[in-house]
Amino acid sequence: MSAQLDQLIRSHWWAAVATLCRLTGDLAAAEDAVQEACVVALEQWPSAGVPDNALGWLIGVARHKALDRLRREAIRGSKEAASMREALETGAEQDASPRAADTLSLMFLCCHPALSLEARVALTLRSVGGLSTAEIAAAFLVPEATMAKRLVRAKAKIRAARIPFRVPDEDELPARLSAILRVVYLVFTEGHMASRGDALVRGDLCDTAIALARGVVGLLPGEPEAMGLLALLLLTDARRAARSDDLGALVLLEDQDRGRWNAGMIAEGEAILEASLRKGRPGPYQLRAAIAACHSTASSAGRTDWRQIALLYAELIRYEPTPVVEANRAVALAMAEGPAAGLVILDALAHHPQLQRWPQLHIARAELLKRLRRHGEAIDVYTSALELEPAPASRSFIARRIRELSS
Amino acid sequence: MKYMFLLNRTTDALPEPGTAEFDQMMQAYGAALETLGKAGVLIDCAPLAAGSAATTVRVRDGETILTDGPSAEIKEQLGGYTIVACADLDEALKWAAIMPAARDASVEVRPIVAVQAPS
Repeated sequence: MSAQLDQLIRSHWWAAVATLCRLTGDLAAAEDAVQEACVVALEQWPSAGVPDNALGWLIGVARHKALDRLRREAIRGSKEAASMREALETGAEQDASPRAADTLSLMFLCCHPALSLEARVALTLRSVGGLSTAEIAAAFLVPEATMAKRLVRAKAKIRAARIPFRVPDEDELPARLSAILRVVYLVFTEGHMASRGDALVRGDLCDTAIALARGVVGLLPGEPEAMGLLALLLLTDARRAARSDDLGALVLLEDQDRGRWNAGMIAEGEAILEASLRKGRPGPYQLRAAIAACHSTASSAGRTDWRQIALLYAELIRYEPTPVVEANRAVALAMAEGPAAGLVILDALAHHPQLQRWPQLHIARAELLKRLRRHGEAIDVYTSALELEPAPASRSFIARRIRELSS
Repeated sequence: MKYMFLLNRTTDALPEPGTAEFDQMMQAYGAALETLGKAGVLIDCAPLAAGSAATTVRVRDGETILTDGPSAEIKEQLGGYTIVACADLDEALKWAAIMPAARDASVEVRPIVAVQAPS
């Protein structure tokens, strides 16, 4: 019951905070008020039952809580509180029903490029996703007090610098939308990365990212890159159950039990990707989704269309000219045309300052060396990857490979 | 000849209104400004919001790049100022991006705090 209630409340959090943000004109005040309303809901709903219009109920209670607090603060003489209270009280006639423009404005506010990227991610998870400060802190492996400070500071900047709560104008929209997509993608990759934290928190981040992407697609229908991102997240997360073995060790894509992939998520992701590609405005998320789709449509690892994947990576480099994308292209090329073709590129990248300390590059190189039966070199490269202190799952994988090659 | 006084402080944020520190600051500045006013030399004086509320604007290859906080570039130094009245940060950032400094160095956009004149 309680877990269900928690989930129900969390599903309304975004719209409730957004509406209160419009009514109070202040994100911190909005969030505090909705938080208080949620506490009341958790006290009352188990016995009184969930109201028919749960969101409307939460907004109503939150609005009273906000007013109460502002009255108290106005008495203390805060000019800001007095003007906010005025806004809320005249807002008695103001429409308190949730609006799509509000939920969208809240997302744009939390992902505003004048905030640091880490603040945007934290704020989005808190104000839009409804995660608690403790949960966000756990996900990013920082002390709760540090995360709390980061959130307070971001909200203080929004207030002091007057970062607007609105949907940006047409000419700003593409850049601002891509800022949102970047935050959502970061939330997902943080969750998807098996490198740190416990599995439960990680899964929660992936779920939140998918819910956020779904929300953005719903609010800005027909934006191909938003659709591409949602497709990418669905196609990638569909493999969650198969990505780790019973002991939590990473299972490589080629070794995964494809029967454990979530067929429903794959079908949905593919349908969304197709619809986005039909818009004829490609972009990096659609390309990444197309790459993910190449894997999901292959009946076995051996039947993967690596040539197509290598081409898609080459296309992706036009948008993201980074050594990491180039390394991925090399791996795909090695699969399509043989290990030697990929190794040439990876050898060149191995000296790239940005990649030298990236264990994945060394693992990929070692894998190709192993396939070329250059076992001695492969062991050396695996060993140097170990020295970079990769994630525990990768560590046990490398250790296994070294054992295999040494025997 | 006009001169700009750069008023440094040892804390990032201003003291909270309503606190003793705030009142003390207001009184001290009130006295100084009164003297300047009487002498007929005062043009304007206002405190700035915390450095953590600043946004640094750079324009490179026609693209506007924003960073949270003041510029950390040690090769840059304060070279001038502009005061604009805008509805919100988005508008201020748009205007900041047209300043030449945004192209060869950076423009720090820092809110000016509106404080009531001491009574």
